[in-house]
Amino acid sequence: MSGTYGAGFAARWMAATAEAVEREAGRLTELDAAIGDADHGANLRRGFAAVADALAKEPPATPGAVLVTAGRLLISTVGGASGPLYGTLLRRAGKALGEAGEVTRTELADALAAGVAAVGQLGGAVAGDKTMLDALEPAVAGLRESFAAARAAARDGALATVPLRARKGRAAYLGERSVGHEDPGAASSALLFDALEEVAAG
Amino acid sequence: MSGEGIGRGGTSGERAGGGRVGIVLVSHSAAVADAVAALARGLAGGGDLAPVAAAGGAPGGGLGTSADLIASAAKDVDGGAGVAILVDLGSAVLTVKALLAEGDELPEGARLVDAPFVEGAVAALVTASAGGDLDAVAAAASEAYAYRKE
Repeated sequence: MSGTYGAGFAARWMAATAEAVEREAGRLTELDAAIGDADHGANLRRGFAAVADALAKEPPATPGAVLVTAGRLLISTVGGASGPLYGTLLRRAGKALGEAGEVTRTELADALAAGVAAVGQLGGAVAGDKTMLDALEPAVAGLRESFAAARAAARDGALATVPLRARKGRAAYLGERSVGHEDPGAASSALLFDALEEVAAG
Repeated sequence: MSGEGIGRGGTSGERAGGGRVGIVLVSHSAAVADAVAALARGLAGGGDLAPVAAAGGAPGGGLGTSADLIASAAKDVDGGAGVAILVDLGSAVLTVKALLAEGDELPEGARLVDAPFVEGAVAALVTASAGGDLDAVAAAASEAYAYRKE
């Protein structure tokens, strides 16, 4: 499958993510209540609602600018650690897309890979630490194949965090007690790729 | 413990303007940030103190971190000699790092200082008020880690 994706596509992706987060906010908060501080759903809902609102009011001209705007807003509106983490993911990915008006799926994957690397650097985490990276890294690898593969890989990656012991973030304080719960950040990362596949499928 | 931190280029004390280093205190709690700022001012002694601003709490209140409050606090205390930003934990650390790495919201010469929040704030304000440059302020704040209490 080939094709290119513009600013409208990127904005629809962010809007669909906002809807998915809105729909799943309760589940994200429940996951976070188990091993965190029970604010992940509410925080992300506020952040992505602000993103969707801003993009609808003033749509940027390029997909890169859409992601940079989204990232900046997440950093300023979320209020929890997911703000700078998702904000860095999208802002770095947006910068990597540059000024292009249309990008390919492969270019999007490359840009998101740069974003994911920046997230790892920011949080000092690696795959297997029971963080959002456990969904994001396989998702970006899957995106090189297809949007559907990215979605499936993100889901699988999020579920694979269940048996892991958290090594980063507040959940790390729980040690062994973090085992047996899905990581909320990995779960919300999977929503990002659910939304991407939905929007790509039209 | 090194006084190095990540920052937005530019070393302090060499810039035009000649102001003192400003200090920003970022906590999940507005009450904690405000109280630590007051504590630092109180313990720094009399005289003319360097500017210190608190940036506590989430956007719209509650516990959390507000990038906008951090940016406006940094702007308020920026006298051209650099801004030392001290943080408590979690999203406070990540938000400041994200702003320094990706954004243009913070002034030139803003730096995240690796220091214990309360002790570092006092050491930073004393050093900045005495005219220390950003390296000296960061080093003094970081050295607070080395003071053992037992």
